[in-house]
Amino acid sequence: MSIFKRQLMDIHNALSNKEMSVSELVEASFKRIQETEGTVKAFLTLDEERAKAKAKQLDEQLGKGDEMGLLFGLPAAIKDNIVTENLKTTCGSKLLANYDPIYNATAMDRLSAAEAIVVGKTNMDEFGMGSSTENSGFQLTHNPWNPEYVPGGSSGGSAAAIAAGQAYFALGTDTGGSIRQPASFCGVVGLKPTYGLVSRFGLVAYASSFDVIGPITKNVEDAAYVLSVLAAHDPYDSTSAEVEIPDYISALTGEVKGLKVGVPKELLGEGIDPDVKNGVLEALKVFEGLGAIVEEVSLPHTEYAVPTYYILAPSEASSNLARYDGVRYGVRADNADNLIEMYKETRSHGFGSEVKRRIMLGTYALSSGYYDAYYKKAQKVRTLIKQDFDQLFAKYDVIVGPTAPTTAFKMGEKVSDPLTMYLNDICTVPVNLAGIPAISVPCGFAQNGMPIGLQIMGKQFDEATVLRVAHAFEKHTEHHAASPKL
Amino acid sequence: MKYETVIGLEVHAELSTNSKIFCGCSTEFGAPPNTHTCPICLGHPGVLPVLNQRAVEFAIKASLALNCTVPEESKFDRKNYFYPDSPKAYQISQYDQPIGQNGWIDIEVNGEKKRIGITRLHLEEDAGKLVHAEGGYASLVDFNRVGVPLVEIVSEPDIRTPEEARAYLEKLRSILQYCEVSDVKMEQGSLRCDANISLRPFGQEAFGTKAELKNMNSFRNVQRGLEYEQQRQAELLDKGEKVVQETRRWDDANARTLSMRGKEEAHDYRYFPDPDLIKLKIDREWVESIRATIPELPDTREARYTEEYGLPHADAAVLTASKDISDFFQEAVNTGADPKAVANWIMGELMAHLNASQLELKDVKITATGLGEMINLLEKGTISSKIAKTVFKEMIETGKAPAKIVEEKGLVQISDEGALVKIISEVIAANPQSVADFKAGKTQAIGFLVGQVMKATKGKANPGLVNKMLQEELNK
Repeated sequence: MSIFKRQLMDIHNALSNKEMSVSELVEASFKRIQETEGTVKAFLTLDEERAKAKAKQLDEQLGKGDEMGLLFGLPAAIKDNIVTENLKTTCGSKLLANYDPIYNATAMDRLSAAEAIVVGKTNMDEFGMGSSTENSGFQLTHNPWNPEYVPGGSSGGSAAAIAAGQAYFALGTDTGGSIRQPASFCGVVGLKPTYGLVSRFGLVAYASSFDVIGPITKNVEDAAYVLSVLAAHDPYDSTSAEVEIPDYISALTGEVKGLKVGVPKELLGEGIDPDVKNGVLEALKVFEGLGAIVEEVSLPHTEYAVPTYYILAPSEASSNLARYDGVRYGVRADNADNLIEMYKETRSHGFGSEVKRRIMLGTYALSSGYYDAYYKKAQKVRTLIKQDFDQLFAKYDVIVGPTAPTTAFKMGEKVSDPLTMYLNDICTVPVNLAGIPAISVPCGFAQNGMPIGLQIMGKQFDEATVLRVAHAFEKHTEHHAASPKL
Repeated sequence: MKYETVIGLEVHAELSTNSKIFCGCSTEFGAPPNTHTCPICLGHPGVLPVLNQRAVEFAIKASLALNCTVPEESKFDRKNYFYPDSPKAYQISQYDQPIGQNGWIDIEVNGEKKRIGITRLHLEEDAGKLVHAEGGYASLVDFNRVGVPLVEIVSEPDIRTPEEARAYLEKLRSILQYCEVSDVKMEQGSLRCDANISLRPFGQEAFGTKAELKNMNSFRNVQRGLEYEQQRQAELLDKGEKVVQETRRWDDANARTLSMRGKEEAHDYRYFPDPDLIKLKIDREWVESIRATIPELPDTREARYTEEYGLPHADAAVLTASKDISDFFQEAVNTGADPKAVANWIMGELMAHLNASQLELKDVKITATGLGEMINLLEKGTISSKIAKTVFKEMIETGKAPAKIVEEKGLVQISDEGALVKIISEVIAANPQSVADFKAGKTQAIGFLVGQVMKATKGKANPGLVNKMLQEELNK
């Protein structure tokens, strides 16, 4: 069994008792990467030298009997849109192929304070725009369960790395489902926290009012540990919430008796793959068996979620990505004769087609004369979708459904059909529009052998309940224990 | 002139906060290029803005001083445009919920008072500065200025002449200066002005086509630019031609305005609320506490100087135009010196010196208390007005107290008759012709004799006393 399948506290204690060293742990990570990366291609950059030096330093600390951070010595894979000082951060974009950040994201400072070790930066859809990681400017990442399939996206590299056992935990980012959907496709756990719970400072913006950093792990407990490290108010992020952070670990009681579970009919209707639907229905039986009350509910504005998201997110993106002009950093086109040409050349060659498509969409939606019809109207629909959730959460503790309408699809299957690709986000985007937390946990396999993800959504800042429910499910099922044969 | 001119001004003033509006970098002027920068103001990937509370406080203070309403809720928007001086390719500004709304200021031109409306005052970040390298091989950017807080103050189209425009600007500068929210220096760019100007036949209500004037870097040039533009547009209309809506640049060297870009090249800034910043809730108590810090403003001060000190209206206006001068006047008067005398010394000797030497008040050493004391010495007769000028010059250069200068240089006025008798007899003896002239009825000849006595005493004799003694002696 890979050491990365062991529980976090188990490893923590093994390190503390000197049954294992941090160096061994980090070696194991790089060994596994060496064995599997040829197939998976999860990483864009590896930071082996520094990771090993850091491991050595932590081992010395252990020798002195110093106190251990919560994530002490754990090898971490970081999505490449989270800024790491002196470690290339490309966002999966050719335009930032050479970008070496001069500062650290708050999330990275927090991981570093908890003494986690970064092994490398993971592949992603360029700037987070995509659902298969096929929009990376650099490489294709393969699903460890079957290399012919996509790992999902945009945090496809992080999810694949965890599924392949290349790192102990990973960070992903979620704007419209980018943590949960790849977690679902790769059969791992992915948690999208409440908007504002984890600092966005140093998360390279795609759509600022949606973006959030969260953990991708092998099990729910680990997700709870990583979240405890990440969640905190940050004075460098004005949208960071000042809320009391509960103890996520002690919330994992395994109990769901009497819990009220709402199942929106819109998320199990048309367009949902039968295998996925069955997986979810089986999971609901597990909850019922544990004494939870499961009822069908409605999120009436669900059909507007995808169009609303695809107006608002690209609008913000069109502005957020304007700074990549080749003037101060990044790859500048060198064949331009004047300023405007330099902008055009740099951006034409630097950005991939999906990024350009969304910049165009967003620019259009914000243009004078169209703003009210698109951006403003979409904001109003966003409020309606939020209200749908508020009404349900007045009665229910969690809302449950599939993470994605299908399991992982084959490489190249949808890449030329952006609309079908966008519709794959139907189960995840409502959560981002509402800003609430949600987790994806494995709940079985489809007939093609690919994992199915169960999505559990909770009230704002109620990650504790989301984690408790997910943990209880995991405890009473065996889906998470399966590993891909690589 | 057959046409009525309609002018509206857009003024940008840098707020004098210590740090930038969305990061902790210094706002100090004149540092080496790109030394006051950080990942945030350089717009690196992943950075976020955090609003400087001081900047909001200053914007509220300025709004209140300009009689604006400050709403309970305000917000920030992104103004999107590509230019190398804007590292994020958008400027964080305020679109539809500015901090200050519907204010006004009073101006006076040729003795006539007029109220000019202020549409809005909003808070935004400044851009960087482009420097075009010699030889044209490259353009360089200095990001020290990017993120310095700015307020943009937009007037109503209430201004009718270039002179009024200048008076509005001067009053606006003076109010911002009194509030101590901005350095308001046009030469350093901490105060900038753009103007919209159009002409319409008298009696017509609809506005004519406007031109926007930019690059006027002094008060004088604002007036000159507007005068030129007024003339240019009138000539076009006279010829039956149309004024084109466009942005024009003041060309100082050739004293004219030139077209920069037309309406069709106008930007669509695609304003939308900045998702990185939360709505600004402006607490009423906070607003009132800021209101309480607004000092006596120029208009109030001017009225007080006229009433309390009996100064002519024009003098009071000159003295209150700049806060430095006005504070200086006040402090000098507080020593007990006669306000009219203080006003005369400031508007005469002091301002003449400052103008001639191109200095500001803070650059010279004379203190207000010193000036007050000097005037007191003059009134008591301890020094003559001639000596006072010497003392004044010394105070400008050294800042020493007048009593000390008088003592060190032995400049005390000779008001002792005994000490003068001998000198007066000598002067009479040495100038028989003047004595004869006086006696023959040419009374003005006495002036020459007084002058001779003053010369003999190196200016220290009390001229009034000398005159009186000479009269007595010659009339014997």
